[in-house]
Amino acid sequence: MAAHNLKHALFCAIVTLIISYPILGFNLASEGTTVTLEGAKTSTVVGVLLAAVIVFLFQLFRDTLMGSLRQLPAVNPLTNRKPMEQSKRLKLDSVLLTLMIIGALIWPFIASRGAVDLSTLVLIYIMLALGLNVVVGLAGLLDLGYVAFYAVGAYTFALLSQYYGVSFWFALPIGALLAALFGLVLGFPVLRLRGDYLAIVTLGFGEIIRILLNNMTNLTGGPNGIGGIPDPTLFGMEFGRRVKEEGNTSFHETFGIAYSGEHKVIFLYLIALVLAVITAIAIRRLMRMPVGRAWEALREDEIAAKSLGLNRTAVKLSAFTIGAFFAGFAGTVFASKQGFISPESFVFLESAIILAIVVLGGMGSQMGVILAAIAVTILPELAREFSEYRMLIFGAAMVLMMVWRPQGLLPMRRIHIELKKQE
Amino acid sequence: MLEVQNLSMRFGGLLAVDQVSLDVREHEIVAIIGPNGAGKTTVFNCMSGFYKPTGGKILFKGGEIQGKPDYKISRLGLVRTFQHVRLFSRMTVVENLLVAQHRHLNTNLLSGILNTPNYREKEQKSLDRAAYWLDRVGLTDMANREAGNLAYGQQRRLEIARCMVTEPELLMLDEPAAGLNPAETKDLNQLIISLKEDYNVSVVLIEHDMSLVMDISDRINVINQGRPLASGTPDEIRRNDDVIKAYLGEA
Amino acid sequence: MQDLLYFIQQLINGLTIGSTYALIAIGYTMVYGIIGMINFAHGEIYMIGAYTALIAITGLAALGIAWLPLILIVALVCAMIVSSSMGWAVERVAYRPVRGKHRLIPLISAIGMSIFLQNYVHLAQGSRNIGFPALIEGGFRFGAEDSFQTSISYMQVTIFVTTLVCMTILSLFISRSRIGRACRAVSQDLGMANLLGIDTNRIISATFVIGAALAAVAGLLLGMYYGSIDPLFGFIAGLKAFTAAVLGGIGSIPGAMLGGLILGVAESMTSGYLSGEYKDVVSFGLLILILLFKPTGLLGKPEVEKI
Repeated sequence: MAAHNLKHALFCAIVTLIISYPILGFNLASEGTTVTLEGAKTSTVVGVLLAAVIVFLFQLFRDTLMGSLRQLPAVNPLTNRKPMEQSKRLKLDSVLLTLMIIGALIWPFIASRGAVDLSTLVLIYIMLALGLNVVVGLAGLLDLGYVAFYAVGAYTFALLSQYYGVSFWFALPIGALLAALFGLVLGFPVLRLRGDYLAIVTLGFGEIIRILLNNMTNLTGGPNGIGGIPDPTLFGMEFGRRVKEEGNTSFHETFGIAYSGEHKVIFLYLIALVLAVITAIAIRRLMRMPVGRAWEALREDEIAAKSLGLNRTAVKLSAFTIGAFFAGFAGTVFASKQGFISPESFVFLESAIILAIVVLGGMGSQMGVILAAIAVTILPELAREFSEYRMLIFGAAMVLMMVWRPQGLLPMRRIHIELKKQE
Repeated sequence: MLEVQNLSMRFGGLLAVDQVSLDVREHEIVAIIGPNGAGKTTVFNCMSGFYKPTGGKILFKGGEIQGKPDYKISRLGLVRTFQHVRLFSRMTVVENLLVAQHRHLNTNLLSGILNTPNYREKEQKSLDRAAYWLDRVGLTDMANREAGNLAYGQQRRLEIARCMVTEPELLMLDEPAAGLNPAETKDLNQLIISLKEDYNVSVVLIEHDMSLVMDISDRINVINQGRPLASGTPDEIRRNDDVIKAYLGEA
Repeated sequence: MQDLLYFIQQLINGLTIGSTYALIAIGYTMVYGIIGMINFAHGEIYMIGAYTALIAITGLAALGIAWLPLILIVALVCAMIVSSSMGWAVERVAYRPVRGKHRLIPLISAIGMSIFLQNYVHLAQGSRNIGFPALIEGGFRFGAEDSFQTSISYMQVTIFVTTLVCMTILSLFISRSRIGRACRAVSQDLGMANLLGIDTNRIISATFVIGAALAAVAGLLLGMYYGSIDPLFGFIAGLKAFTAAVLGGIGSIPGAMLGGLILGVAESMTSGYLSGEYKDVVSFGLLILILLFKPTGLLGKPEVEKI
C-alpha cells in the first residue's frame, strides 16, 4: 500500500510539473514577426516546484490527512445547528431584508460617486443573476447564452433612442418585452433538447447574436458600438447641465439647486435599485406559484412531471421567457448607465460570470444569488491588484463549488407550508 | 372505459409487444402479469403516452389516445405511477401534491403575482385536497419533509397520493408492491381496494406479488414474450394450463 | 474553369480545417461516449497543446537546432505530453469527484475548468496573439498562370497526412489493444464493465489522455496553419469541434471524422462565397439545426429513454 501510494504521489507530482512548468516557466515574447523565449522569474519557477512538492506530500499522506479531517469536530458551527423555528426564521428574514433595503436607500447619499456607480452595476448584475436563477436554478435549464437577452435589451434602447429618440421609460418595457420575445422564439424549438445539448445550443445562439451585432455595421455600428444613449428623466426633468430635448426641464433648475454630476448617478442608482427590488419580489412570487413549482418539478423529474399533466414545453418556455425578460430589463438600465454599448460587453464570458454568480450563491436561492452578485462584482474592485486573477479565481471557484458544495454557499430553503388539520 | 386493441410496439428489430388486447371497465381492478421482460411496462408506456405504439388502438372513454402526448393523456384522467418511484425528491411532500394539481389551477401569471382573492381561494382548495390525501395515506406528519428523505414505503404511498389529487378516473400502477414488506403490502392492498370502492377509480396494475394480484383483481391479463397468453378472473387464471406452463417454465 | 478551380480551392481549404476539427472532435466524442458528459475544457487542452508546441519550437530555435523533422517531432511530442497530462489532471480534479451527480453539475464544473485554463495561459503568456512560425512552406499550384490558381500547400498536405495517420492508429488501437477493447466495453455499459473487473477509472483516464493527445496534434498543426495563437483560440475551435462531433453522431469515432470534414467544408464555402465574418454563424446554425432535427447525428445510434 505504501509503495503504491509513493508511486501515485510521485506520478501526481510529475504531472503537476509537466502541466505547469512549460507554460509558466517560459514566456513567449513577440517582437514584430520574431518570437523569442524568456525564462520566467525565479519566484515563478520556485512556485512551480513548490506546487509539485505540495502535491507530492498531499497525495502521499492523503488517506491519513482525510481521515483526521473527518475526525475533527465540525469547524463550522452552522453545520450542526438545528434549523430555526419557522416563525422566527421568517421574522429574521424580513428584518434583514428591511435593513438591506434601508441601507441601500441611504447608501448613495453617503458614498462617493464612483462607489455609487459601481453599486448600480452590482444591481444590474443582481437583476441578471435573479433572472438566470429562474432558468438555471429553478427550471434546471443550463442557459449559456443568457447574455444575448441582455444584449437585446441594451441594443433595443440604444437603437430606439438613436433612430426614434425614444426615452428610457418607454424603452424599458419595450426592451424587456423584446428580450422575452427572443426568449420565446428561441426557446420554442430548443427546449425539447436534453440538458447538455441545450447548454451548447444556447451558447451558439449567444455567439450568433454577438457576431451579428458586430457585423451589421449599418444598423448597430458594428464593433464601434452605439453612443449617446440618453439618461433617464424624472417626470421630464433631465439631469444634464443643459436640457437636450425641447420641452424638458432640468433637474437642478427646477429645484433651484446647484448642478452636480452626482445627481444623475444617484438617480440611476435609485432606478436600478427599484427595478432590482421589483425583480426580486416578482420572482419570489412566481417561485411560490404553481408555475414556480412546475419549474422545479420538471427539473427534478421530467417524466414524472409529464405523467401528471404538465406540459413540458410550456413550463420550460415560461421559465426561459421570464428569465429573458429580466435580462432585457437589466440590459436597458445598462445601456442607460454606460451611455455607450458595443458587442464587446456581451461576450460569452459575461454569461459565464452571471452563471458563476448563480452557482456560487446557491442555485434557486434568491438571497444567496444577491449576496454572490455583490461579492463577485465588488471583490475585484476592492483588490485591484488581484483583478487580473478574477476570471482565474471564478473558474476555480466554479469547479470547487461543484465538487464540494454544489448547492451553493447559501442553499435554497424550502418553503414551509402550514396545512389545516383534517377533521 | 379503457380498451386496448391489438397493440404492437416495435423497437428496431425487436417486437416488444405483439397484438395485445385488454379492456378495463368502470369500477374494476385489472391486473397485468407475466414473466420478467414480457412487455408489461411497455404496454403501460404506450397507454400513458410515453411511447407511440407502432400498431393497434387505445381507446379511453371512447376516444383514441394512442400517440397522444403524455401530458394530454394524463389530463384526460389516466394517470400512472412508476416501477422505480419517481418523486420530485428535492421538493417537500406537500409541494409534490401541489405540483400534481397544476392543471386544476387555471390561474394566469398576473392574478398569481397580484395574489388576487380568486387565486388564493383556488390555492387553498388544492392545499386542502393535498392535506386530505396526506391524511389518507398517513403522511401528514411528513408534509414539510423533502420527498427524497422519506422511507421507501412512504414514497410509494406518496406517489399514489400524488396521482389521486389529480382526480383520475383510471389509475395505472406499475409494480406498486415492489420492495414493500408484507405488512406494507397488506396496507397497500386495502388502499387500492378503497380507491375503487370509495373514490370510484378503476385501476390497472402490473404486479409480481401473486397474493396481492389474486386478492384484489377483478380480472387478470397474462402476457408472455410480448403476446397475450390468457385473460379471465383470478380463478380462471389459476387453473389455466398455459399460464402454469409459462410460469413453471420460467421457474 | 476558373469557377471550378475556385470551388476546388475552397474544398481543399475546408477539408484541411475539417480534418483538424475531426482530431479535436475525437476527444469530445470519446469522453461523451464513455461518461456522457461534454468536456467543455477540451478546447483549452488543444490551445495548451499549441502553446507548448510553440514554446518547444522557439526553444529549439534558440538552441540553434534547424533540422525541420527534429523540430516538428520534438514539438509534437512535447505538446502531446503536456496536453495529455493536462487532460488527465483535469479529469482527476474536476470531473471524477462529480461523476454520477446531476447532469448539470459536471457540466458547470467543466465550464469552470475551461475558464480557469484560459486564464491560466492568459496570465502566463499574455493575452496578445503570438506569431507561430510557418515551418512548412511552399506547395503545388494548378491552373493557368494568368488567372486563378488552385494551390495546395505542403502544410495542407502535412495536415491531411498527419490526421490520416492519427486516425488509423486510433482505429487500430481501439479495435486491437486491450485498453481499446476495455474502452468499448465501458462505453457500452459502465456499471457492467466495472463488475467484470475492468478498472473503469483507468479507462476513463485513458480516454481523456488519448483525446488530449490528439487535440495537441491538432494544436500544432493549426498553429502552423493559421500562423498565430492566443489564449482564446481554443474556445471557438472547441465549439467547432464539438459541433463536428454532434454532426457526426456523438459517441461515434467515424462520425467525428465525417462531421469534422463536413463542417470544415461548410465553413470554407461560406468564407469563399459569402463572407468570412459569417462562417461562425453558419457552423453554430448548423449545430442548432442538427440538434433540433437529428440529435443523434449522421452516424450516431438513437437513444431510447428508459422509464
